[in-house]
Amino acid sequence: MTHKTIRLGGLSRVEGEGALLVRARDGLITDLQLTIYEPPRFFEALLRGRSYEEPPDITARICGICPVAYQMSACQAIESAFGVEVTGPLRDLRLLLYYGEWIESHALHIFLLHAPDFLGYESGVAMAADHRDHLERGLALKKAGNELVSTLGGRAIHPVNVRVGGFYRVPRRQELAPVAERLREAREHALATVRWVAGFDFPDIEHAYRFLALRHPDEYAILSGSPAVSDGSSFPIADWPVHVVEEQVPHSTALHARLDGTGGYLVGALARYALNSDLLSPLARSAAREAGLGPVCRNPFRSIVVRAVEVVHACDEALRIIDGYTEPDAPAVPVEPVAGVGHGASEAPRGTLYHRYRLDEAGLITEADIVPPTAQNQVRIEMDLRELITPRLDLPQAELAALCERAVRNHDPCISCSAHFLELHLDAR
Amino acid sequence: MGVSEPGHRPRLAVWKFASCDGCQLTLLDCEDELLSIAAELEIAYFLEASSAAGPGPYDLSLVEGSITTAEDAERVRHVRRVSKRLVTIGACATAGGIQALRDFADVREFTSVVYARPEYIATLERSTPISAHVPVDFELRGCPIDKRQLLEVITAYLADRRPVVPRHSVCVECKARGNVCVLVAHGTPCLGPVTQAGCGALCPAFNRGCYGCFGPGETTNSRALNRQLRTLGMSDPDLVRVYRTFNATEEPFRRASEEAEDDA
Repeated sequence: MTHKTIRLGGLSRVEGEGALLVRARDGLITDLQLTIYEPPRFFEALLRGRSYEEPPDITARICGICPVAYQMSACQAIESAFGVEVTGPLRDLRLLLYYGEWIESHALHIFLLHAPDFLGYESGVAMAADHRDHLERGLALKKAGNELVSTLGGRAIHPVNVRVGGFYRVPRRQELAPVAERLREAREHALATVRWVAGFDFPDIEHAYRFLALRHPDEYAILSGSPAVSDGSSFPIADWPVHVVEEQVPHSTALHARLDGTGGYLVGALARYALNSDLLSPLARSAAREAGLGPVCRNPFRSIVVRAVEVVHACDEALRIIDGYTEPDAPAVPVEPVAGVGHGASEAPRGTLYHRYRLDEAGLITEADIVPPTAQNQVRIEMDLRELITPRLDLPQAELAALCERAVRNHDPCISCSAHFLELHLDAR
Repeated sequence: MGVSEPGHRPRLAVWKFASCDGCQLTLLDCEDELLSIAAELEIAYFLEASSAAGPGPYDLSLVEGSITTAEDAERVRHVRRVSKRLVTIGACATAGGIQALRDFADVREFTSVVYARPEYIATLERSTPISAHVPVDFELRGCPIDKRQLLEVITAYLADRRPVVPRHSVCVECKARGNVCVLVAHGTPCLGPVTQAGCGALCPAFNRGCYGCFGPGETTNSRALNRQLRTLGMSDPDLVRVYRTFNATEEPFRRASEEAEDDA
């Protein structure tokens, strides 16, 4: 009888704090736990009694890497409760802000967190010793994204300019000119990035993923859309609680987000690409083709290529919006609180982010529910790990551990977002 | 330089407790400076950015996040032991953060709202700043911290001097930036008069009132401000909420919210 235990203490190059434990006996995995020791911060509880105006600022603090995603899902949920719709140039500005976040977040993941895995470095900074040009390109790209967010939002982390109904202040056309110049350079950097990462050496591993992403009739969905599943089904956002159920299972390692009764679906870049690649900008589509991506990518290691393609799309679309921008008459549409329930979802860089609020007639929150992407992916990440490890149990321990850590990083997990995970760690005791 | 032995790059560590990662991300957001920083300081422990976790001791530790579990209370003592200089970064680390709103509620009730099986959750009743547990050499405020101020802290460390981080109010920055006063000119409620500068008066520059994310400045007069805010139509519950966000447990903000609560 042979036993094998892999322990990865602190997962590195991920946002937040997690660990991995795998136990195997006679070639079979007996236990696999992606444990998250991120302490819970109780956002859904502390939001109760707060005004409808506050979730954009409060929920931004769930994640310093994707605050705009939280702001957008929160605003849209509350607006849907009040029967308010944000359209035209205000919606365009929201998209623009969100593209900025996609660019900075994806550049962070591609260059500082993910690429070092393929080139054999401990960090992006260490990678600079031999690949300074590439890292500098990545930092320039990241900076372009951050500048777009700061121009519209005031600062890159926890922007101050987002409100239910729109913005506090909208930019003048000429304020966007320097950003556009930077984005044109960024688009070139993004195309070069696709070519660079497409040449990495990818393990030949595919998984039979069930994907979920928002789908929008006219856009590669980021700001809004209806949840669509790779089996062909889709549902309106208001039906989310019917389809996606989060369960706390006492003796399991995961808070199981189940989709129509089954666990283990995937949200994020691979899901968006599989469901929506026909709606990428022509330039992003051709970059994807040249990089050898088919219509669906099931190799999670290649998600770095999909993210790079999404950066091309984000730069391209951001430039299109700036080009056609006309200042709206008012920075926000009027908002009057009504008692009711609202649902909102958007595509955070890491995947679909759902918010639901119940509000009273004074506009105070009585109930809040937030389902972050990484909470949805956790079961699927564990499945990836099982499928990856089972045929490779004979690999040297260190090599296998490194491969496991890479498999987690493939999905750009944002553990800070997913405070929901905590009980799993404690269950395991 | 004084802070390290000659010929040896000082060793930097970045630690995380309960937080959103935004303040440590600020270091990676120094796109133009990151490689120069890495040339001056050895990034010896920074899990978010590197899988190389060099052992201590460290010359400079940047600590993000608040203490909300018994394990973290223990871990921060370890961080202090292995750090020559310890700087806390951001409202979670300096004031307990948004998660300190539990201090005004019952954390067991909070737990039961979020988790179906609250008995599996181990959490402390309060969310406390790092300084409540170990001595801290410098506190850098903000939710999130400001990039220029972070660079000032690192530069000051390398030059072996005290960081220059003003404690005056946001109003001073508004005047310096040439912002029109949103409180006086537009009648927009604003916490600028009682909030520490550092953000560059961002919110007023966007026609919005300051919401206090850098915490209380020195010599605040919240009673006078509250009178003005009431005149502008804020109710007592509105006032309680506006002080209870990211720096709710900082004494001047706690007092201001409790005064409004008593009046309610």
